[in-house]
Amino acid sequence: MSADGFHVLPAGGVPLRQARTLAALGRLDVSNLVFAGCALVLLVLVGLPLFWLAVSAFMDKTGAPSLTNFERLFTDPTLVAPLRISLIVATCVGFISTIVAAPIAWIVSRTDMPGRRLIRALITASFVTPPFLGAIAWEVLAAPNSGLINVWYRALYDLPPFVHLVDIYSIEGLIFVDSIYAFAFVFVLLANTLDRIPSDMEDAAAILGAPAWRIILTITLPLALPAILAGALVAFLRSLTLFGTPAILALPAGFHTITTKIWSLFQYPPNPGLAAAAALPLLIATVVLLRVQSWILGRRGYVVLGGRAGGTRRIELGLWRWAALALCLFVLCFPVFLPYLALLKAALTKTLAEPVSADNLTWQHVRFVFFEFSPTRLALRNTLFFAFVAATIGTALALIASYLASRKAVFGHSVLGFLATAPIAVPGIVLGVGMFIAYTRGPVVLYGTMWVMIIAYVTIELPAAYQQLKSALTGVSQELEEAGRILGAGRLRTLIDITAPLLRTGVIAAWCFIFIGVMRELSAAIMLFTAETKVLPVVIFDLNESGDLGAISVLGIMLLVLTLVITILANNLPGFGKTTTGTKQAA
Amino acid sequence: MRGYKTSLAIIAALSALAGARAIALPQANPVTPDLIEAARKEGKVSFYTAVDVEVAEKIAAAFKAKYPGIDVLVERAGSERVFQRVEQERSANITNADVVNSSDAAHYIIWKREGLLAPYVSEDVATYYKDNADPEGFYATWRATLSPIGYNTKYVKPADAPKSFADLLSPKWKGLMVKGHPGYSGTILTATFEISRDLGWDYLQKLAQQKVMQVQSSTEPPKKLALGERPIMADGNEYNLFILKEAGQPVDVIYPSEGTPFIASPSAVMAKAPHPNAARLFQSFLFTPETQQLLVDVGGLRSLHPKTHEHAGRTPLSDIKLMRDDPAAVVDQVDEIKANYTKYFGT
Repeated sequence: MSADGFHVLPAGGVPLRQARTLAALGRLDVSNLVFAGCALVLLVLVGLPLFWLAVSAFMDKTGAPSLTNFERLFTDPTLVAPLRISLIVATCVGFISTIVAAPIAWIVSRTDMPGRRLIRALITASFVTPPFLGAIAWEVLAAPNSGLINVWYRALYDLPPFVHLVDIYSIEGLIFVDSIYAFAFVFVLLANTLDRIPSDMEDAAAILGAPAWRIILTITLPLALPAILAGALVAFLRSLTLFGTPAILALPAGFHTITTKIWSLFQYPPNPGLAAAAALPLLIATVVLLRVQSWILGRRGYVVLGGRAGGTRRIELGLWRWAALALCLFVLCFPVFLPYLALLKAALTKTLAEPVSADNLTWQHVRFVFFEFSPTRLALRNTLFFAFVAATIGTALALIASYLASRKAVFGHSVLGFLATAPIAVPGIVLGVGMFIAYTRGPVVLYGTMWVMIIAYVTIELPAAYQQLKSALTGVSQELEEAGRILGAGRLRTLIDITAPLLRTGVIAAWCFIFIGVMRELSAAIMLFTAETKVLPVVIFDLNESGDLGAISVLGIMLLVLTLVITILANNLPGFGKTTTGTKQAA
Repeated sequence: MRGYKTSLAIIAALSALAGARAIALPQANPVTPDLIEAARKEGKVSFYTAVDVEVAEKIAAAFKAKYPGIDVLVERAGSERVFQRVEQERSANITNADVVNSSDAAHYIIWKREGLLAPYVSEDVATYYKDNADPEGFYATWRATLSPIGYNTKYVKPADAPKSFADLLSPKWKGLMVKGHPGYSGTILTATFEISRDLGWDYLQKLAQQKVMQVQSSTEPPKKLALGERPIMADGNEYNLFILKEAGQPVDVIYPSEGTPFIASPSAVMAKAPHPNAARLFQSFLFTPETQQLLVDVGGLRSLHPKTHEHAGRTPLSDIKLMRDDPAAVVDQVDEIKANYTKYFGT
């Protein structure tokens, strides 16, 4: 262990090495136990559900080893069709969201467009919007007959009923809604990359007289291409594994995607084995594509090339900057403005399709949600509690794991890093199925307890928090830690007293990341909740089943407001100092 | 009123609840002060139900008003999801549910067989539900509804509205209908069973070619109708249509000439109810004439309690040609029904 530590301390010299060896010999460092425990926890978190998933996929109904599940998966037309549809949808979403996000990211990151901060903030709002809520809002907007857009369209052109402009209940509708919410993810990836590419080369080209379009095509684009490809892959994967949006939009249209099909396999008589088999292709696709993504990103080392050493020169757009702002605001109509206006209207009106008027306004839905609907209070309490606990545990785990991995402090630190990022390859619904199978049987039956929910949330959100903290750690010099270690503090003590405070921005960002993640998580929760552990996303999903749009809208707006308030509060915690990067990174 | 009495006799004949005959039920369990006190100590009852969430909350509010200090947690989902939930919880030895209400009466046959239910006969059930309760007292029909055709009166004139299920196959309704899903809704599962038995799968196969909008719960098609999302409802439930119509929404009910599917929706106390006394008090409360009348008045439901009276403006059951339910047959055919449905409708 100390030999390993010596490795990363070329400047430390012999005295330090001796000090460390002495320290290691003198007492058993408690921190090592903590670290070993952390590794074990990670192993169980990720390993157990996947183990049971694999086992039950290869078993028939009697429990004997068999390939029947896979045979059915690839021959039964009711399973093949959803697989095919999911692939088509995900491919389109990958393309569309990237094509839209790339110019917006470039404008926000590289030009002098006014209101850049506003646009970033609005994209954050789109990021915290649960996809299923966006889908419900788009039902309100673009259902073929009652959808507001179609109502306005008919009124405008004086058309007869049932003529419609857009139909959200279709493959195209699903692709559209998926894309507008995948957009935020691609944007963040691209904008962060563009922020980091120094503009030296662009400046050189400009000095040599190249026009702006040529600079973009021959310099910026090639430099950003790996990030663009990676963004497209992220969007593809998100869409492939998304549950809420297709559950809301695909079922009325009469088709399944692979995720809704997996969910329907839990209808009576439940077939967890087949569900597990159907989940494995998702898992494999995710693992493979993430490898491809990191290969694309890793192939060119430019991302960290000197940070922003050269500084970024913003391109002056002149009058075009207003056109650019208009474009950004136009794009944001789809994930943010229109859906929230639609939800607000649904929350406050009696008849949705009628115009807002004194007659049509009502507090009925608000009253129902807060005073009559009995699950509201329990679900609200559960959601906030789970989000707090999961965010705190998750951040602690991610902090320890990222610390060990970046300081290469213990034997097997790379395994730790792998374990902490592995859940990213496990779609929510797959993890839900795996955890359901794993925790409804012995030795520990956790299903039905709040712990199964918290474990699911921590597992799902861990990779984001881990990556957040790992990148923050690379920015913290090791000298202070070494000083603490020389003075006799254990690694854990050093981490708590020195490193963590230095990392506060990253820690808060990671915490917010998990918190927001819990507030928007549906796919694993829908597999794992019970009456006592119901959360807001599940309540909203249940209400959608019976078509109670007013109540859904009230709950949805409440969910968004809560998420935003808590994120802002966390970023302004007294003693932690106000930070701006927190929200920015959370975007 | 006389018409209504006759209709009850018809229902008695119709609801062959697992071969229930008018035989003596087990001894009735009156609501004693001891039971109320014990229930109050438990402080809570968890009600798994498939009834429309607003109706469920009104029933809960009435219970809380009558028995202050006992909270009701309403767990509302489509019957088939309620069933799935109960199965999942049982497989993990979780006991959450106290009283369970599903619109797929076949569930009660299965639950009883698997020992999930507790026998409990309230005084009202013993006196008035002889023909609509399990002979061994494990469950009784809490509420009933129909799965008629519905239409939006703003878009369709009464004269042009379909009169029969066969009319729904006309090209003029293509793309204009909405229906519930038997994978989620017990009402729709029961209706699908009755329709496929009486009209043949052929009818449903043709209906599937009509580009029908597919929603989940039977409570949703009436809401989509009122919203104007689709002008015709191919199936759904009658009570949400009544609620919406009486609230002034432009919807109306059509009882198809082939007969209208009848859906009995029982209620039972769970054997391992975590609040056993509150569960019994609540189950007893569900069958009192007051609660039953509330179901009729604010819920638009059909009550089988002879002490209730039907609303003016609602067609009495005796005047409606009904399709007979048969939970025992549903138990045997449920897999086939769901498989056929997925084959024809795609979801």
